[in-house]
Amino acid sequence: MAQLKKEEKIIEIVNVSKIFDETAAVQDMSFYVRKGEFITFLGPSGCGKTTTLRMIAGFDIPTSGKILLSGKDITNLPPNKRPVNTVFQRYALFPHYNIYDNIAFGLKLKKVPVTYRNDAGETYTKMQKLTRKEIDEKVRAALAVVDLEGFEKRSVSTLSGGQQQRVAIARAIVNEPEILLLDEPLGALDLKMRKEMQLELKEMHRKLGITFIYVTHDQEEALTMSDTIVVMKDGRIQQIGTPTSIYNEPANAFVADFIGESNIFSGTMVGKRSVRFCNHNFECVDDFEKNEKVDVVVRPEDVVMTAPEEGMLKGKVINVVFKGVHYEITAQVGRSEMVIQNTQSRSVGDVIGMNIAPDAIHIMKKEFAANIYDGYITKKNTVVFGDGEFDCDVTTLYPGSHLDEEGYLITAAGEKIDLTDTDVIVEVGLEDIEISDNADEGGARGHIVQLIYKGDHYQYIVRTEENEEDYVFDSPDLWNENDYVSVKIKPENIRLRLKQEVK
Amino acid sequence: MQSLHFSRKQLCIPYALFLLLFVIIPMLLILFYAFTETVDGTIRFSFANFIGFFTSTAKLSTLLMSFTVAIISTAACLLIAYPVAYILARSKFRRKNVLLMIFILPMWINFVLRITALRELLDLIGLLGSQNYLNTIIGMVYDFLPFMILPLYTTLEKLDESYLEAAADLGGSKFTVFTKVTFPLSLPGVISGVTMVFMPSMTNYVVSDTLSNFNITILGKLIDQYFTAYDNWHMGSMISIILLVIIFLTMLATGGFKDGDREARGANLW
Amino acid sequence: MVKKILSVALCAAVLLFIYAPILLLVIYSFTTSNVIGKWEGGFSLDLYGQLFRNAEIMQILFNTVWLALAAAALSTVLGTAGAIGIFYSRRRAAKPLQAVSQIPVINAEIVTAISLALLFSSIFLYRTYFSLLVGHMVLCTPFVVLSVLPKLKQMDSNTYEAALDLGASPTQALFKIVLPQIFSGVLSGFMLSVTLSLDDYIVTAFTKPPMFDTISTYVYNAVKNGTHSSTPALRALSALIFVVMIAVLLIINLRARKPRSGKEARK
Repeated sequence: MAQLKKEEKIIEIVNVSKIFDETAAVQDMSFYVRKGEFITFLGPSGCGKTTTLRMIAGFDIPTSGKILLSGKDITNLPPNKRPVNTVFQRYALFPHYNIYDNIAFGLKLKKVPVTYRNDAGETYTKMQKLTRKEIDEKVRAALAVVDLEGFEKRSVSTLSGGQQQRVAIARAIVNEPEILLLDEPLGALDLKMRKEMQLELKEMHRKLGITFIYVTHDQEEALTMSDTIVVMKDGRIQQIGTPTSIYNEPANAFVADFIGESNIFSGTMVGKRSVRFCNHNFECVDDFEKNEKVDVVVRPEDVVMTAPEEGMLKGKVINVVFKGVHYEITAQVGRSEMVIQNTQSRSVGDVIGMNIAPDAIHIMKKEFAANIYDGYITKKNTVVFGDGEFDCDVTTLYPGSHLDEEGYLITAAGEKIDLTDTDVIVEVGLEDIEISDNADEGGARGHIVQLIYKGDHYQYIVRTEENEEDYVFDSPDLWNENDYVSVKIKPENIRLRLKQEVK
Repeated sequence: MQSLHFSRKQLCIPYALFLLLFVIIPMLLILFYAFTETVDGTIRFSFANFIGFFTSTAKLSTLLMSFTVAIISTAACLLIAYPVAYILARSKFRRKNVLLMIFILPMWINFVLRITALRELLDLIGLLGSQNYLNTIIGMVYDFLPFMILPLYTTLEKLDESYLEAAADLGGSKFTVFTKVTFPLSLPGVISGVTMVFMPSMTNYVVSDTLSNFNITILGKLIDQYFTAYDNWHMGSMISIILLVIIFLTMLATGGFKDGDREARGANLW
Repeated sequence: MVKKILSVALCAAVLLFIYAPILLLVIYSFTTSNVIGKWEGGFSLDLYGQLFRNAEIMQILFNTVWLALAAAALSTVLGTAGAIGIFYSRRRAAKPLQAVSQIPVINAEIVTAISLALLFSSIFLYRTYFSLLVGHMVLCTPFVVLSVLPKLKQMDSNTYEAALDLGASPTQALFKIVLPQIFSGVLSGFMLSVTLSLDDYIVTAFTKPPMFDTISTYVYNAVKNGTHSSTPALRALSALIFVVMIAVLLIINLRARKPRSGKEARK
């Protein structure tokens, strides 16, 4: 891959954003696709992967930014003028046409240059439609590629889901596009069919030699098929890389959690290439600043079980599940849980030792160290931020100050200040937020949009409805995604800073 | 998105203009005429029609009588249509749709001709000329019965049999199952049918004219008379506004503003 | 058993009520008697002969059918385009359009009729062919929209995009992909419009040119002027319309229902 030259970029996305009704589906995204590669957009629903695909197809026009095809700007080109074809999630076959007419649809509209010689012997070129015979041949060839020879006269409704999917692929590739876009094409198929089609698509990609851009939320599918994976979340790219590099070197806790199974711990760098988590200092290969708080990712298959006294960690087995090829063993290590995959089983209650090799410990910068908001002080000396209003201690803004009976702030120097509408910067630690089912209890309300298990606690993101403000916090309690909760913060945990000096 | 979908969105512009010109503006004109009067060839703002309507015993009694006719007609339609719809919906006959069609088929045939045919029948059995109110009500029921049967049948047919089985299983007698489960679940159909019968029964003066030998004046006829016979379009408009308010209130009371109340009318036969 | 007999009896009684007047007219269309109830002159097709020789009635029949076809065709084009436009518009634009579409549907016909009379008299087009045609379109178009919209909702919305993706222009995609998929809705909208137009009396009465009549207005006026019973040929006309309409409806429905019920059975 390294030797691929710059001009071989077939698609280039430059600072593209897409906003639907004031919410950003894609935010300032930039990347490129190499000619001939199989690239996959991977992410949970709502991450912007389908929107990105639809902008490449031309169904959606970016709000800002540019899309280049082989260096040419196609941002505003309508879909019928683009040399790309799409395979839709629900196939979108034309129900009123038979299979032949579905596949021939694009060919019948196409015009190609044909060269003639006139009586005077001069040659001239005319744009003209394909002949019946040419169309017949191409349709037959496309049906052969998808293994559906002889299906020409069948109607769409008589086909199974898998067959419809093949027709959809044939209908797209028959036009010989430079790029084939596939929007979760296997999402509607059952598991067995999906596995088969994954291999067939990979094989088709090899034979056709054209660029495939594939969208999926299934990490296994992405790892199996792709040359390159683009992991997305909330309209932003989290990581771009080969399947191996993404699996082995996840860029952050989200990627680690989304791709494959992971143990994620909060750790601290204790020295050069040394990290502490689960009450043990581990050697590692990543280098971060000393005392920096980090996320540590360990894949379950990288944890080696030993005799209790030989392990770096010691733990008690609390759960064993047989998964076919291996056992998934959960061990309690201090306050944390460690998931281990191993072909050998253990019994619940066994005490085991665990070793982790330095190169199996993946260390990444903490995504969230604290929540920081812009806010302002109200008449009642509460603070408004993050779509909510909270009680706070305004005297922390001025060291040594106190409040008088009317609620004015008296500074240490005896100056009287009205804090109403003072702009402040609010900082709240990850451990200082609590949530509750009772909507009236807290200062702000929202839905849980993300949770990641980190060994001994969960990290949550609660997002408010009004301005989509996020509250990130750690909690040992388990809540569910999409729960509607209220956010509680104790006044002493709201750290206030003045945005600027108040006169 | 904008440029791509623009051409398809544009397709509703002619329809939007059509609605504006021929639905909204005419309705506003009614409002305008209702609250004006023509004096010496000039039009001026006035409450005269409004006051005139509510101080005229003749007009108020027409309103009351129209209400009575409509209520009796609607009730009679419901009493006849409910058992028929219930029997049809619960029948084990394989092609129930065909049976239903036989019952609602007349609604696709010109109603003036059907009402005139009914007039001949009433004439034959000696009711014409002697029983004007009865004839009018018979005519309303005759004309609007299909519009009551159809929505009732649709809701009763969709009714999940397992509810009834569950109710019986829990110890409900046949009567209890009907009153506590079947009927409440068929209420949307009842409401839809009632709104489709009640309002036309107050206004379709062709029925009352033909069957009462032009002896009964219902609200619709009164509006017609102010436009064609008395040439007082202001009062005619005012009565229309009052009728609109009544329609609005009935729709509000029955919650009939939901989409597709009358979709059934189109979807089912053609 | 008793219940079954009661059920059948009730249905039979209601059917008798519905069809008795129609049957009576059909039977007495085969006599020459002026008065129904008196069977005079035995079986005769005389009234039908009179009907077809009556130039006035033939003209009215022709008027009625032409008006219905023209109004239905225009309403279908306008309503189908409107439905497609509404379907692809954002909710904020679609909602008021759908709400206004409901007005002629919910409204009393007499109110629609006088509202049009007020409009057309103020633009000096009162009682013209134009006002008549528009009047019928006001009645029909919302029903076309109502019957096309569900078909659009059932359609896989990606098929339009797929057509563009395969190289079709928006117009080509509309005609080749969208229209065929909603065609059953368009057709039922058209048929519905024809029947609504044929059925109408009140709006016609308020918008028609003075010397123009449809079957509805002619028959109503004949009853009003007392000339109805003295024109027994009208009996033949009614009988003919009843029989033709019932036959057409039965054929269409029996044919259309078959494949659909078959599909349901397969599920």
